[in-house]
Amino acid sequence: MSFYLAIIGTKDNAVYSLEFGTFRQGGDGVSKFSSDMKQLCPFIVHSSLDIVEEVQWASNTMYMKVIDKFYNFLISAFVTAGNIKFLLLHEARADDSIRQFFTDLYDLYTKTLMSPFYSVDAPITSKVFDQRVRMLAKKYL
Amino acid sequence: MSRTPRQIGEDVWKTRIEKVNAELITLTYGSVVAQLCKDFGNDYIQVNEQLDKMGYNIGIRLIEDFLARANTERCRSFKETAEVVSKVGFKVFLNITPNVSNWSADGQQFSLIFDENPLADFVELPDDGKAIQELWFSNILCGVLRGALEMVQLQVEVQFIKDVLRGHDTTEMKVTLIKILEDEMPVGDE
Repeated sequence: MSFYLAIIGTKDNAVYSLEFGTFRQGGDGVSKFSSDMKQLCPFIVHSSLDIVEEVQWASNTMYMKVIDKFYNFLISAFVTAGNIKFLLLHEARADDSIRQFFTDLYDLYTKTLMSPFYSVDAPITSKVFDQRVRMLAKKYL
Repeated sequence: MSRTPRQIGEDVWKTRIEKVNAELITLTYGSVVAQLCKDFGNDYIQVNEQLDKMGYNIGIRLIEDFLARANTERCRSFKETAEVVSKVGFKVFLNITPNVSNWSADGQQFSLIFDENPLADFVELPDDGKAIQELWFSNILCGVLRGALEMVQLQVEVQFIKDVLRGHDTTEMKVTLIKILEDEMPVGDE
């Protein structure tokens, strides 16, 4: 099972992205996307942004579950208070664990925002952030 | 009867201080440093100097406030000064008590080891390779100490030698006594 995570800023710019695979059932955490799929992931995820923007006004929660489908891939979205979107491309439904993953990711993102040297919408390049996201992925997905 | 510096510090902190939100301080100080970095074009050596100057201006005024609140006796030795600075001074203004250690053989130099630093909560230094080698994020504290001690007749040199933001295992500030200042008569007086 493979995942593609993207964090999109307020100006629809890319802030962070990560490709990984499941750690459950002996998975090694490496994504199993075919090379075609690897190239398509960012496109699929960005094309679902329109849907996110429509749905976010109807919903009063941050976690919006699955909002789009692409063949057999599902896209789940989470919109933060500052209008930053977390999008996850995945293959199987896993609402609860994805919600927990997004909530912890939100925590991590807020802590990153607290640093005076980080401005909103800037790309996140910190290795510490990357490591922590991978740990969250390992924990929930 | 409060006698040890630790007890005096606790007592003053609990009774005579108005508290302010810690995150407000952290965010305000963080934005000061970030703005300085932008203004000086990421010349971190300059930023360190400016923080030190700002700290100096704070320190020369802060000492009056400190003496009014803490009402401690005159320190009889540099060792006592170190204790009062760490257990009362830092406690009253930042609610932290850094450890005094690494005394030099002649007793003129000591280190303050900080377990926690409220000024640097959640801070990550920029990734440009230079900041992590050159910027001392909390350098304002060095200026504050230098200014405050100068007003009580101690000329000191204060600098950070380790900082967890830079990847070291602790945050350590070295304080060296240069000389004890004698009151000088103003020029032109008989």
